[in-house]
Amino acid sequence: MKLNALFNRSLWVYHFNSGSCNGCEIEIVATLTPRYDPERFGIRLVGSPRHADVMLVTGPVVHRMKDRLLRVYQQIPDPKIVMCIGACGISGGVFYESYNLDGPVDEVIPVDVYVPGCPPRPEAIIHGVVKALEKLERLQGVEA
Amino acid sequence: MTPAEIALLAAWCAALSLFALAGGLLLSGIDRKLAAHMQARIGPPIRQPFIDTVKLLQKDTVVPANAIPWLFNAAPVVALVSSVLVLFYIPVGSTMPVLGAYGDLVLVMYLLTVPALALVAGGFASGSPYATVGAQREMVTMIAYEFPLAIVVIGVAWRLGAAGISHPFALQSIAANPVWSVTGPLGLAGVFILLVVLAAITPAELSRIPFDTQEAETELAGGLLVEYSGRNLAMFSLAQAAKTLVLAAIIVAVFFPWTLSSFLAMPPVVALAADLLFFLLKAVLVLFFAVTLVRVAMARFRINELVSFYWVYLSVIGLAGLLLLMADVIAGPLAGVGI
Repeated sequence: MKLNALFNRSLWVYHFNSGSCNGCEIEIVATLTPRYDPERFGIRLVGSPRHADVMLVTGPVVHRMKDRLLRVYQQIPDPKIVMCIGACGISGGVFYESYNLDGPVDEVIPVDVYVPGCPPRPEAIIHGVVKALEKLERLQGVEA
Repeated sequence: MTPAEIALLAAWCAALSLFALAGGLLLSGIDRKLAAHMQARIGPPIRQPFIDTVKLLQKDTVVPANAIPWLFNAAPVVALVSSVLVLFYIPVGSTMPVLGAYGDLVLVMYLLTVPALALVAGGFASGSPYATVGAQREMVTMIAYEFPLAIVVIGVAWRLGAAGISHPFALQSIAANPVWSVTGPLGLAGVFILLVVLAAITPAELSRIPFDTQEAETELAGGLLVEYSGRNLAMFSLAQAAKTLVLAAIIVAVFFPWTLSSFLAMPPVVALAADLLFFLLKAVLVLFFAVTLVRVAMARFRINELVSFYWVYLSVIGLAGLLLLMADVIAGPLAGVGI
């Protein structure tokens, strides 16, 4: 996998809800509004996992969603980044140790960046993207 | 033709292909920037489409398990080649069409359907229900806008023919005789109506809002393109960019064919560059009013609304324009204007 720096300027985002309460979804949509305008940095929300570079996962991964999450993760072409948005995806949040969880997210798929908050503010999500970019740059530095 | 002539022709075609891709991506970037400014955003840099293309080329290219691989992989190539090919038949700036001797506006009309057909074939070959629905919608859209498009083409060429211009369908003679200059006042109104009709067809040809039902990101998750990734998706987006330039070039050639060098005397090399820049300026203006302004101001049509928009309203408007042009030919000698 060879990446050059232009990759970082064109991250297309696919959003996956693994059983979230919709709080994080509202904040993700708020991040895409003209006030924050992530399109400045080439970030776009896409409808198909095949077009995506970044997968935003919200929710604690309920039992029914585990297979779907794995399938969608595998449908994203490499190279890809996974961002886990919200407290539920990190630890289970208010659903911690519920009988119905197969999560949190990092027990199902590998996660690159965690964004805590219940729900996280748009600023926090943007900060998470910056962290993801730093990680990408580190990878590119190693491979160059 | 001698080998030297063939080599020259090939060199021109290669240069034009590069121009089609680079110019198309540039126009898409300007479109995104202008749309962002209208939404009170800063928007991506103008070179963003170039960055997107480079990124897509770095990504994996996935062929789904239940796709038909050869058709799935061939569709983007066909779309890209046919979109670029159209530009060889259209005048750009002060350069006349490279292959102008071999095809006219009717051929351009047919060639324009090939990228859309390639999209349909790719959509059906994807083996995804979303792509199948998208492909069906693309076919319906194509059927819907072909009739008004034919009215515009026939109307302009018929008026030029009635004005005694030989080869009225050839783009050289359309570009050399602006249709505005041969008509009387009634005809001017008719030509303006045809211009509006062609502008209304442009977003559908480019599958932009409000006519992007076949890609409909919110319902169909990308529709036709849902299974495409990496290199194949990059080829489709390049084809889309080239088509943007081609459609702007068609509107410019048919309705705004004036060049700077015909008004101001200048040395040939400067004239070539100045006309090219002037052409790009006209293309940006045309696309701003036909695509950017419309897609920012409107929401998406449902597929049935789209069909009735083209088949009923736009066809009637276009026919009215055609009737005005005919009335112009009849009234011209009586009023002492026109012919």
